[in-house]
Order: sequence, then C-alpha cells, then structure tokens
Amino acid sequence: MKTRVPALLVAALLLAGCTDNAPASPAGSADALDARKLTVEASDTACTLSAVTAPSGTLTFSVTNTGSQVNEFYLLASDGLRIVAEVENIGPGLTRDLVLSAPAGTYFSACKPGMVGSGIRAGFTVTDSGEPVGPTGDDAALVDAANTAYAAYVGDQVDQLLAGTKEFVAAYTAGDDDKARALYAPTRVHWERIETVAESFGDLDPKMDAREADLEQGQKWTGWHRLEKDLWPARAKGYKPLTTAERKTYADDLLANTEVLHERVQTLTYTVDGIANGAKGLLDEVATGKVTGEEEYWSRTDLWDFQANVDGARVAWEGLRDLLKRKNAALDTQIETRFTELQKLLDATKSGDGFVTYDKLDKAQVKALSDAVNALSEPLSKLAGAVLS
Amino acid sequence: MTRDASGLSRRGLIGSAAAGGALALAGAGAMAASASTTTAAPVWSTVDFHGDKQAGITTAAQDRLHFATFDMLPSATRDDLVALLKDWTDAAARLTQGKGAGPVGPLTGPYDAPPDDTGEAIGLDPANLTITFGFGPTLFTGTDGSDRFGLKARQPAALARLPHFSGDNLDPNGSDGDLCIQACSNDPQVAVHAIRNLTRIAFGRAAVRWSQLGFGRTSSTSQAQVTPRNLFGFKDGTASLRAEDTANIDAHVWTTPSGDPATAWLDGGSYLVVRKIAMHIETWDRGSLREQEHIIGRTKAEGAPLSGGGEFTAADFALAGRGGTPLVDENSHLSMAHPDHNGGVRMLRRGYNYVDGSTQLGRLAAGLFFMAYVTDPATHYIPMQTAMASSDLLSEYLQHIGSGLWAVPPGVHEGEFVGQALFS
Repeated sequence: MKTRVPALLVAALLLAGCTDNAPASPAGSADALDARKLTVEASDTACTLSAVTAPSGTLTFSVTNTGSQVNEFYLLASDGLRIVAEVENIGPGLTRDLVLSAPAGTYFSACKPGMVGSGIRAGFTVTDSGEPVGPTGDDAALVDAANTAYAAYVGDQVDQLLAGTKEFVAAYTAGDDDKARALYAPTRVHWERIETVAESFGDLDPKMDAREADLEQGQKWTGWHRLEKDLWPARAKGYKPLTTAERKTYADDLLANTEVLHERVQTLTYTVDGIANGAKGLLDEVATGKVTGEEEYWSRTDLWDFQANVDGARVAWEGLRDLLKRKNAALDTQIETRFTELQKLLDATKSGDGFVTYDKLDKAQVKALSDAVNALSEPLSKLAGAVLS
Repeated sequence: MTRDASGLSRRGLIGSAAAGGALALAGAGAMAASASTTTAAPVWSTVDFHGDKQAGITTAAQDRLHFATFDMLPSATRDDLVALLKDWTDAAARLTQGKGAGPVGPLTGPYDAPPDDTGEAIGLDPANLTITFGFGPTLFTGTDGSDRFGLKARQPAALARLPHFSGDNLDPNGSDGDLCIQACSNDPQVAVHAIRNLTRIAFGRAAVRWSQLGFGRTSSTSQAQVTPRNLFGFKDGTASLRAEDTANIDAHVWTTPSGDPATAWLDGGSYLVVRKIAMHIETWDRGSLREQEHIIGRTKAEGAPLSGGGEFTAADFALAGRGGTPLVDENSHLSMAHPDHNGGVRMLRRGYNYVDGSTQLGRLAAGLFFMAYVTDPATHYIPMQTAMASSDLLSEYLQHIGSGLWAVPPGVHEGEFVGQALFS
C-alpha cells in the first residue's frame, strides 16, 4: 500500500509507472531485451532477422509477413535439409510466432514467399549459453512410431465398431429389444473412443451420431440416437414406436454408414499434432456432452461414452509419451496423475460390466467428475504444443 | 478510463494529498489526466500488488467486483496448495500491473499451444485492479473434522463458520469455500478476466465453488469518494471506515498480534465477512418515503440522520419529537448498526450492489453483496448481526442467502507468496 509514502516519492513511483505500464508489451517489457526473442521481417523478396545469433535455449521467432504472398519461415539444420522447426501459412500482414528449443550449433534460416522453392536462406548460429536445453535429436522415429500405433488403434476400434453394429442392428430389427439395449452402450464405446476421428468425416457424423436437439429444421433424424429413443422411450411424451419396416430402414442406414466409415479409416494417416489435439478434443466432448448427461438422453448410458472418450484420449497420449518425455517431462507426469485421478472417480461409478446410469449420479459426483475433467483437460490442451516444440 | 482520469481521480489526489499521502489509485489516475493533455500514449491506472497489507482492502473502492470462492480438490495435497498459492501470487502480481496471467501472454508463444492468458483484457487499462486472497475455515479443518493440509493447529479461533442468524436462508452452494479471491476494478471485464484466469490456473488443484459479480460499489473506503447508494436508494456505509483514518483502521480492521506462534501468520491481516443479502425490491418500492426514512433512520436525499444536520453529522438518539418519540427509531437501521450501540466497534465495508437478472416471478434478483473487513468477527460482526437479524426494521425487506468468512493474510512482499507464513 502506498498510503504512507511521502508525496514526492509517490510522484517518482508514478513516473516509473508511466513507462512500465505502457500497453505495448502485455507480456512484460523486459522481453524486448531478451536475446532469445527475435523478429523476422518476411517480404516477397527478403528475409530480415533482428539477429543472426542467439543463445541456446527456448527461442521465439516472431515472423511478420510484410509482403503480398503467403509466406513460411523455417529453421533448418546445418545440412540445409532437415527441418528443425517451421511455421507455415503466414498470410500477408500477419505475424506468427515460432517457438523452439534450440541447442548450440549452426543452422539456416529460410523464408519461403509463395511457399515455393528452397527459400531465402541465411546462416544462423546458436551459441552455447551453458543453460540446459531439453534432449533433442532426431524425433522422426518417435513421430513415426506414434502415428503407426495410433493408426492401428483406430483400425482396431473401427473393426470392433462394425462387428458390434452388425450384431446390434440384427437384434434390433428382429425385435429383440432386450438384447439390443444390452448391446447399445458397449458397441458405441468403439465409436466414442475414436470420436474425433469419426467426426472428421463431416458427412457421416450427422447421419450417425446426431442428437434430436442437434437437428436443423427439416433435417431427417437417423443414426444411433434415433434407435436409442426407440429402445428407451420412457422420457418421451406420447412417443409412437417405429414400425418393423421403419426399424429396418434406420438400422440398415446405420450399418451402411458404419461400413463407409470402416472403409475410409483404412487409408487415413495421422500427425502427432492431430493425435494430440484429438486427445484434447475427446476431453472437450466429455466436458460438453457426457458430464452433463446430454449425449445419451434416452438411455442414460453417458458414463460408457465418458469412459470411452477418456480411453481414446489416454491411448493418444500414451502413443506420444516417448516424444513428450523428451520435450516436457513435467507435463507428461501431470497428465499421468490427472488421468489416474479421473479414472479413480470413474471406477467408483462402475456397475457390473458397465456403469450406473447417469440419473444415479448425485450432484456432488457430477461436480467431482467435472472438476477432474477440467483438471486433465488443462495439461492435455498443452500436449500438441509440447510435442511440436 | 477517461472517466477515471477526469473526475474521480483528480478529487482523489487532492483528498489524499491533504491527508499527507496518496493512494496509488488516486495518484495514477491523476497522472493519466495530466498525461492525456500532453501525449497520446495511454497511461494505465494500477495499484501495487506488493506491500505490508494486501491491496483491495483500504484501496479506494473500485466500481466493479468479481468475487470467487474455491474448494481444494479431494486429491489435492499440501504441496498442491502451496504451489497454487505461488502460481496465484505470480499471476496476480502480473495481472494487477496490466500484464498477462502467464509469463508468455495472450498473443505469443507456440502457435500449437493454448495461450497462457485468455486475452479478453488485451488493451484494457487494469483500472486499479486489485486481487485479494482469503483462507476459509475449511482449508484448515475439513467438514469431517480432518486435518486436510496439516494446518489444523494453525487455525485461529475466530476463523469459524459464522453462526446461524435469525432469518438466514443460506444456499450451501453460494456460501463458504476453502479459499476466496476478491477481484475489484473500475472495468468489469478486467475483474472477470482476473477470476477467469486464476480459475484456469487452479484447475486440477482447486475448483470454483461459487462466484458473484457486483456491478456498483456500495461503500467508500476513502474520504475522497462520495458515499454511493444501495438498491434501496439510500446512501450506504456513511459510517464505514475510510483509509485516511489510520488509527481506527489499525484498531478495527487489522488483526492484533495473537502472541501465539501457531496463528501469528495472520498478524496484521484481517477477516473478511461476506453476506449475500437479497433485497425485496418490489415491496420496498411501495413503501412511503416517510416509512423508508423511518426504517433507515436517515433522509433519502442527504443521508442525514433524522435527528438533523448533514450526512456526517452524529446522530442524536435522544432527540425526541412530538409525543416524546425519538426522531431516530431505536430499531432503525442507523441505530442498530451504530457503533454506540455495538460496543464502539466499526467496520471497513467494501460491498457491492448485485443483480443476478430476474427471478421466475419477474422480480429483480438483486441485493447487496455485503463485504466487511474486520479485526475479529466475534467482536465486530456476530453481535451486531445477531441483534439486527431480530430487531432491525429493515430486516423485513432483506433475506440473507449467502455467507462466508475468510482470514485475509497480511501483504505479500517481492519474492514471497500470499500466506507464506502459514506454511513455515
């Protein structure tokens, strides 16, 4: 508090305040003097760096495209071939930051106006600051391993989804409602585990997983939740059950779309940031749809989906762990702890082979689950940035 | 900001200069006023975060409030609590100076990572943002009596849940909390930005229990500020302590050294009493001006006691009118809250008017978010509220729906974290 400070000193402090608090640098004015923060002016014909050397550590290149073409900025290894770090798709007039952990060595900087050619290159030197730089080296093998493992996981889940869906629709069209109800949630688990991949097919997702409230005026409602309502009509006022013929139409449609999904997934390839953002996306699904009990409105089987989303996110993270441990071991440990804490809460809701229905949860349990989802989502949202750094 | 720079703060400088000092708020605002005539560069109004006392108590009351309470997660450890307080301290030190919540900021950092500041305060003057932290009883002793973080032996006797007062209708989900944060600013978006980012920092360690927005101050904590009106239309907090009255602030706001090493961490701190008081606006508005003034004990125009004089004239409770009836009813709000009738105790009030939209019946969901900083709730709040709950004429128009008490540790010096002494 300044209440007892003599008036003259107050004036001096206030003058200091005038400069300190200029809004030009919200992140702190000391940054301007940081030798690890560089600027790059990338025009259509030139690539001008504020410095051609920097001390080893976490470097930030703030790249401004002053030209008229779309630009890119690269930091290349001393062989001029291997890309150490890059920032793409910088529109005219925009500024993008490239942040990387750089050990001492010689590099090339390169701007690529128009995104063609080998770029406007110059030498760049990172001097040894003596400060530890995270383990580096060629991460390519780890990236490949992560992508391959994730592709195998998605392939396996979509196989099981297809097999389960066949069994489910057979029971449903045969009028064996008890069996269909028993198969509904365990089959959808395979969809929910890869939900972000499935949703990437923008034409299939609304046909297969739309909730009644998601529909636009005049849009036909098909897919899992249409059948869900027919199997669990208790919460529907004045519901008119589907006829046998209608059942077959909807069931055939769901199976046909599942087959299309199965076929398309076979040729998908993945990237580490795609996998990492998929993990975050699955937790977003939990936060917005499952923890609120909105996803499975009729069957109340939201906790199956909840667990499946968490499973999918966990597999995605596990595939990236070796890479993440190199880049940010503390983040990896934090994610591990938060997964464990969330799983502990989910385990407490288990019943038999599955889970209690959503309506059996009390408010305190929902709040605790929501808190645990927030707790995990926060570090998980940093996964993509970390594995790409 | 321009409003800040023109009127209020200029008065602030004059007022505080006369008192032999200057509030950071007042001075910075005046600086903005003079600077705006000579240069186009905006100058921000900031209040120091570091000091012997936490900012946001005797700081001239800002216009807007976002108050939030937090519960530590069941999985959180003592180390988590310490780390959270350190992270919050760092963030608060930055935010109050107009910087981002994290060291990177809202617009820089890896393009594939979420920014460590949410960005809605970019370019906004902090507008005297203060962030004040408090520790609730349940941080020390769990509701099941457990010693959650090894702090049970450090809990001051006065830090206990407030008792039930007659007429209380408390919402458990809008009362209490392990920790509280008071964010005040003259810009509501700045206050909300602070709570939002501090909440984000807490994820995984603590979660918001409840939070409250206040849109207009109902108290003055500086002689330079005029007394504002509450939603009943009356000047509120005329007798509340002002920062310039340092002797009474020392006597009634800051805790006195306990002499007990276990609770010495709170020496020089304070207690924050919070009561969410719903006002029955519609029925109040139907009361005659005579009845309204009778209930309050003051005139609506000036806020003068009905015994005569101006706003700051001492009430004469003995002065009788026709029929020998005292002009100020002994059960009027003025009388019930008066220090003379409460053992001489005084409070530093820092409350805000709130409106949470309307109820399902179309009534204004509005009232007073009462906040008071006191040296000891057992002497400075509980007796008064016990009496007021049963006898204050105003009670008919009020319902207490939220409650909380927090110990507010003393200030944070550079390199320290808030409440550090509690963990040593």
